[in-house]
Amino acid sequence: MNISDTDFQIFDIPARYEQDLAQLDARWKALQREVHPDRFAAQGAAAQRVAMQWAVRVNEAYRRLKDPLARSAYLCELNGRSVDAHSNTAMPTDFLMQQMAWREQLEEARGLADVEALADEVAERQRHLHDELRQAIDERQDWDGAAQRVRSLMFVARFADDIDRRLDALDS
Amino acid sequence: MALLQISEPGQTPDPHQRRIAVGIDLGTTHSLVAALRHGLPECLPGDDGRVILPSAVRYLGDGRRQIGAAALAAQAEDPANTLVSVKRFMGRSLADVADRARLPYAFVDHPGMVGIATREGEKSPVEVSAEILATLRQRAEDSFDTDELFGAVITVPAYFDDAQRQATKDAAQLAGLNVLRLLNEPTAAAIAYGLDNASEGLYAVYDLGGGTFDISLLRLARGVFEVVAVGGDSALGGDDYDHALAALLLQRAGLPPLEQLSPGDKRALLVEARAAKERLSGSEHTGVRCALTAGELALELAVADFEAATAPLTERTLTLLRRVLRDAKVKPADLAGVVMVGGSTRMPQVRRAVAGATGREPLTNLNPDEVVALGAAIQANALAGNSADGELLLLDVIPLSLGLETMGGLVERVIERNSSIPTAKAQDFTTYKDGQTAMAIHVVQGERELVADCRSLARFELRGIPPMTAGAARIRVTFQVDADGLLSVAAQELGSGVQAAITVKPSYGLGDDQIAAMLKSGFTEAEADMRRRALQEARVEGERMLLATASALDSDGDLLDEAERAGIDALMRQLREGIAGEDASAIEAATKTLAEGTEVLAARRMNRSIQQALTGRRLDDL
Repeated sequence: MNISDTDFQIFDIPARYEQDLAQLDARWKALQREVHPDRFAAQGAAAQRVAMQWAVRVNEAYRRLKDPLARSAYLCELNGRSVDAHSNTAMPTDFLMQQMAWREQLEEARGLADVEALADEVAERQRHLHDELRQAIDERQDWDGAAQRVRSLMFVARFADDIDRRLDALDS
Repeated sequence: MALLQISEPGQTPDPHQRRIAVGIDLGTTHSLVAALRHGLPECLPGDDGRVILPSAVRYLGDGRRQIGAAALAAQAEDPANTLVSVKRFMGRSLADVADRARLPYAFVDHPGMVGIATREGEKSPVEVSAEILATLRQRAEDSFDTDELFGAVITVPAYFDDAQRQATKDAAQLAGLNVLRLLNEPTAAAIAYGLDNASEGLYAVYDLGGGTFDISLLRLARGVFEVVAVGGDSALGGDDYDHALAALLLQRAGLPPLEQLSPGDKRALLVEARAAKERLSGSEHTGVRCALTAGELALELAVADFEAATAPLTERTLTLLRRVLRDAKVKPADLAGVVMVGGSTRMPQVRRAVAGATGREPLTNLNPDEVVALGAAIQANALAGNSADGELLLLDVIPLSLGLETMGGLVERVIERNSSIPTAKAQDFTTYKDGQTAMAIHVVQGERELVADCRSLARFELRGIPPMTAGAARIRVTFQVDADGLLSVAAQELGSGVQAAITVKPSYGLGDDQIAAMLKSGFTEAEADMRRRALQEARVEGERMLLATASALDSDGDLLDEAERAGIDALMRQLREGIAGEDASAIEAATKTLAEGTEVLAARRMNRSIQQALTGRRLDDL
C-alpha cells in the first residue's frame, strides 16, 4: 500500500462506476482508524506528520469515490481521457438549449413551489444522465462518451447549485 | 502479570503509567474541567466545591486579579475592569462585535483582534481566556496532585472560524497547556451521550450556550463519531435573550434604552434579567426588581411576554437547523434523536421549538452544563493513549468554506464547508499582466460570493515569479486544514519553483513573538520560573519522543536495516544526553533531529498498519 496508489487501490475496490456506498463508507472508517492523526497524538512529530499526509490522502480519495460524478471524471482521467471541464466547453446544441430554458424558468419562478418543481425536473435529468454514464463506463468502456456525459453533468450540477441558493434565499 | 520495572534516574519512565489528560469546556459564561477517574469522566470541583467556574476575570491593579465567582459578584460595582463573556471577542475585531454599544468595556480597536483597556492596561481576549484556563489547569493539577498534565482537549463551538480557533489555541499555550486537540463542543457532547447510551444512528446536537449557537449532525456507529454537517452562529446565545429581556423591562418601565444607561446600570440590569430568565424556566410569572441610577424598576413579568420578546432569536436557531438538515440532504424524520446542550436549552420555549421543528422530544438526561467537558475528557484520555486501541474515532468536518480572492473582489472557493478534515486541496491560478513578478494572495473564510462579505484570514505575497506573458505563469495555491480545523496555506509558481508559505495567523491573531512577549511580561511568573519551565517542557517533550521511538522500534524495528537502526540509536543517545543536561534549546534541537530521523520509520509503519487493516478487513468480508 502506497500513498501514491489510485483511490480504488487504496480503498481496495474495483475501478468502475457502480459502487457499494455502504462498503465505501465502512472502508473509509477502517482506513481512518489506522491513519487518523488522533491515533498518533502521543507518538511524536514524525508519526503525526505521516499520519496527517495519509489522513488527507484517504479523505481526498473518499471525497472522489463517494461522488459518482467525481468518481467518473477520475475514471476517465485514469483511462487517458481528461475531462478538461475548463477548456473543453463545446456541448451539443440541444443540451445548451435546455440549459437556457431552465435558467429562464428559474428566473421567472415565483415562490417555493415553482423552484421545487424545477429542482425535481433537474434531479430527474441528472438521474438519466448518470444511468447513461454508468453504461458508458461499466458496460462499454466508452471513455469518450463517458467524458462527454461528465461534462454535461457538471453543467447541470452548477445549475442545481443555483437552485439550492434560491431555495436558501426563500427559506431565510 | 505484574513485572517489576527498574527505572534509573534520567531513563524513560514507565510507559504504562496513566497519563493525566483533561477536557476543558472554555465557555462564554462559564468554564469547566473534567477528567477520567476510575474509568468514568467527571467534572473537577474548585475550592468552593463547585464544578462551574464563571468565565469572569476582574483586574484589581498591582498584578492582582479575581477569577470566577468572586469576579462575577463584582461586575456591577466594577464593570469596566470585570471582563465577562470574552469568548465573544476571541479572534474578532471591534467591528465584529455587533453589540459593543451595549457593553460596559473600553474597547481598543486593532486590525486583528479587539483589546480591552482595564486599570491594568490593555488586555487581549486571549490573555483573559488564558487566565481562566490557567485557573482550571491549577484545579486539575491539585485534584491529581501532579504538576505535569499530559495535555488537554479544549472545546470550541463547531462554528468557530479559523481566527477564533487559533485564538483559543494561543490562550491555551499562554496558560501552559499542551493542547492535544481542539474539539467541537457538539461533538464532545455527542461523545458523552453516545458512549453513555450506546446510541447508533443520526443525531442532531442543538447547542445554545451563553454566547454561541451550534447545530451539528453526527452519525454514530460503534465508537465512530462522524460529523456529517455543522452550522450555527458564533454570535447568538443566552446573552442575547438577557439583552432582549432587559430591553423589554426598560420599555415597560418607561426608562431610557439599554444603550443610554451607565455601565454600572447596564451590568446590574443584565444580571437581574438573567436571573429573571432563569426563574421563568420554572414558573409562569416572576417579579423583577432593580434599583438603577436612572430610576427604580419594579415589574411583574409573565413567561409569555418573555417568550414573545425572544421568539425571533429562537426562530433564528430553527432556520439554521433547517439549513444544516438540507446541507446533509436529510429530513427531520431521519433523525434518531436530538441532543440538547448548553444552559440556554433549559428554556422551555427552546425545547418546545426544537421538538416542533424535528418531531422529536429532545434528549436532556445529561446535565447540559457539564456534558461538553465530560465528552472532552473522554477524548483527552483516548488521545493520551490511555484507552484501548482505536476505541474512539472522531471524523470531523470544517464548518465554513475557505477560498481566495480573485479578480473583482470575488471569492474562489478552494475547500467547501463540511469537508472531512484533515484535508488539503490545491488550486491553480495565473498572472493577469505581462511581466508580472508578484502575486498577492488573500485567504478568506465564509459562504458568500463577495470577499467583502467573508472573513479575511490572511494576506501574503508570492514574489520572484519570472517575468512571463499574462496567463503563462502557473501558481498553485495549496490549502491544508489539520484535525483541529486550523489552516495553513502555501503557494508555488510551478515553472520556477518559487515558493511562499504561511500558517494563517499574523493578519488577525497574535504572532508567536507577541505570545512570547506576553509570557515574558509576567503573565504568571518571573523570568527564572520561565527558564525553568522551558527546560522542564523541553525535557518532557524529549522524554515523550524517546518513549514513542522506543515503542515504535519495539513493535516494528524489523522495518529498518542495520545502518538505519544504528542511526536512530545514535540520535536517541544524543537526546538522552541532552535531557541529562540543562540546556533547553539543545534538548529541543535533539528532539527535532530524532523526529526527523524517524520519519522513514513512521512512513513504513503506517504502510504496514494500513496493509494490516485491509487484510483484516478482507477476512471480515468473507
